[in-house]
Amino acid sequence: MADRQNDAAARIKAAAKEGDWTQPRAMAIPKEGYFELEKGRYGPIFPKTPANYGFTIIAKIKPGREEAVRAHGMTLQTAVDGKPDCLETLKLHYLRWQVFPIEGALYFMYQGIIDTDFDKYTEDAVMIFTSLGVDTVFTNLEGFPEDWKTNPEAFIKFVREHHHPSFVEYGEYPFVSAVEIKKALRIKQSLSEMLDSMQ
Amino acid sequence: MLEFDDIQHMLLTRAPAITGRYEFLSFGTPAQGRAWLRRVLPIVQSAAAATASVDSEKRWVSVAFTWNGLRAVGVDEGSLASFPAEFREGMVARARMLGDTGANHPDNWVGGLASPDLHAIAILFARSEEERGRCVKEHDAFLAETHGVKVLSSLDLEATPPFDHAHDHFGYRDRLTQPEIEGTGVEPSPGSGAPLKAGEFILGYDDELGPVHGLPKPDVLSRNGSFMAYRRLQEHVGAFRDFLRQNAATPDEQELLAAKLMGRWRSGAPLVLAPDRDDPALAADRQRNNNFDYGKMDPLGYAIPLGAHIRRMNPRDTAANINRRRMLRRGATYGPPLADASPEDGRERGVAAFVLCASLIRQFEFAQNVWINDKDFHELGNERDPIIGTQDGTFEFKIPKRPIRRKITGLPAFTTVRGGAYFFLPGLRALRWISELGL
Repeated sequence: MADRQNDAAARIKAAAKEGDWTQPRAMAIPKEGYFELEKGRYGPIFPKTPANYGFTIIAKIKPGREEAVRAHGMTLQTAVDGKPDCLETLKLHYLRWQVFPIEGALYFMYQGIIDTDFDKYTEDAVMIFTSLGVDTVFTNLEGFPEDWKTNPEAFIKFVREHHHPSFVEYGEYPFVSAVEIKKALRIKQSLSEMLDSMQ
Repeated sequence: MLEFDDIQHMLLTRAPAITGRYEFLSFGTPAQGRAWLRRVLPIVQSAAAATASVDSEKRWVSVAFTWNGLRAVGVDEGSLASFPAEFREGMVARARMLGDTGANHPDNWVGGLASPDLHAIAILFARSEEERGRCVKEHDAFLAETHGVKVLSSLDLEATPPFDHAHDHFGYRDRLTQPEIEGTGVEPSPGSGAPLKAGEFILGYDDELGPVHGLPKPDVLSRNGSFMAYRRLQEHVGAFRDFLRQNAATPDEQELLAAKLMGRWRSGAPLVLAPDRDDPALAADRQRNNNFDYGKMDPLGYAIPLGAHIRRMNPRDTAANINRRRMLRRGATYGPPLADASPEDGRERGVAAFVLCASLIRQFEFAQNVWINDKDFHELGNERDPIIGTQDGTFEFKIPKRPIRRKITGLPAFTTVRGGAYFFLPGLRALRWISELGL
C-alpha cells in the first residue's frame, strides 16, 4: 500500500515538475501530511499536490466568541476592498473561513490554497494579517499565545500546531499558479480586444 | 541609545583592511577556552574604539562562538537552552533547508567547519600583509602558551586588485547596498530606505516591531550581541568566464550577460538606471547608484531579470515585510586573483563572508531558503540565484527581452559552498562575563 502510494506520488511529482495541467489529478497523502520528512525553517514541508500548497488550521473558539470571530469576515472584506492587492505576497488562490460545532463546542476552520509551501512565507502572513487587523480573529481561539503581538514566533508555532494536513487533494487543472491563471485570462482578454479592434 | 563602547566593531564599522585571517578554534576544557578568551579580550575593539582609532590602527580583531563553543567555555545549560533553535542546531543540521546539497553538502566542507568541535572564530582584519604576519605570529605565540586550544583551520583573506573599490573575483563591485541602523548617524544613500531599528541586527534593542522578547539569557550575555552566518563560497572564475564566452558573442555582449546575472554591471552601475551600456560614473556615485526600485521602474525585468542576484537578495519594493529581512554583510575575498587572460588554474578563490542579523531563521535562513534557492521565486518556475544559488546544471536563467525572452538552460554552478557555521558575536561585556565564568 505504502509502495503504491509512493509510486503514484512519484508520478504526480514528475507531472508537477513538468507543470502538466492538461490532466486532472488526485493525490493521496500519508497521515503525516508528507511522503518523506523534509524540514523547512519551522517544521516539515508539506508537498505540492494537484491542488498546489495549502493549509487547514482548526482551533476551538473560546466560549461566547462566535460573533467576534464571524465579524472578522467583514474585516477581511473591507481590507481587500480598500486595497485589492493586500494579500498578494501570500500567493493565494482561495481562503475559506468556517465555524462549526463539535460536541457542543464551536470550532474555527481556516483553509488556504496557495502557490508556495506553507513554511516559506509564514512570517509574511503573520505580518500582513497584523497590518490588516485580521490577526485578532485568532485571539478568540483557545491556546492562542497571549503575547502574540510582540512574539511572532509564538504566533507561528500556534499556526503550525493547529494545521491539519490533507490526506487527499484533487486538481481539475493541477499545479497551475494563480499568476499563470491570471496571465491566461489577460491574454484571452487582450485577444478579444484585438479581434474587436479589427471589426 | 546604542552602546557603541560595548558592541563589537565589525557590527557597526568596516575596517579599512586589505588583508586578514580567520582562525577556527576548538577548546579542550572550559578553563582553557576562557584562558584564551582572557588573553585575546584586550585587543577586541568596540565600535567606539575602532572609530576613534581608525586612522592609526593597523589591525581589527573580533571573536564569536558557535553554540557548541558557548558550552565549551562553560556557559550553563539553562542559558544554552535559551538560544534560538536554529542556532543551537547549527548550520550543518539546517543544510538541506539552506540548499547545501550536492557539492555544497557539509560532507564536502573543508577546514573542520562541519565538525561539532568548531567552537569559536577569531577574525582578523589587517591594513597590510606585514601587519597580518605580525598578528599571526603573536597569536601563535600565545596559543603555544595556552594549552588545549587547537586551531582547526585558518583562512587568509586577500583583497583582489585593483584596490580602489571592493569587488569579488568575478569582478563585480561589492558593498553597494547595506542597510543603515537608526542611531548610528549614518544616512542611507538615496533608494536604500529609512534607517532600520537596531534590534534587527543587535540584540537588546527594539526591532521594527517594537520590543523584542525571548532573547537568550542572561541579559549580560545577549545584550549588544548578534548572530552571524559564515559562508565560505568558492568562485569558479574560469567556469564563469567560459560561460560568458559560450553564451555571448562579443566582449560587450559578455559584459551585458554578466550584468544580467547580477543585476548590475561589474562596475556596480544598476541595469535599471543603465540598461544598455555601463556607466562607471553612476556606479561610483553613492547618491545615484542605489536609487531605483523594481515595482515601478522595472516590473517585468526588462532591465534586471526577475531572477538576477540583486533582485533576489534585496527585492526592494517587490517583497512584503522587507525591513524584517535585511542583513548586514561583512567579509572579504580570499585566494589569488585569476588574471583576465588566464585559464582556470584550479586554485581555490572566493568570498568568505558573514551575514549578521538578530534572527538567523527570519533573516539569513529566509534569504537562503526563499530568495536564493526557491526555484519558484517570482514565479520563475525553474531558477535559482545564478551567482550563489545551489546549481547542478538542471536550472535555467531567463532574460526578459522584446519581442521574445532569452532562456539559458543548464546553468552551471559558479560558486560552491566550502564551509559555513552559525556564530554568536557577543558584546564586550558579555565576552568579559564569559571569560570570568568559574572564577
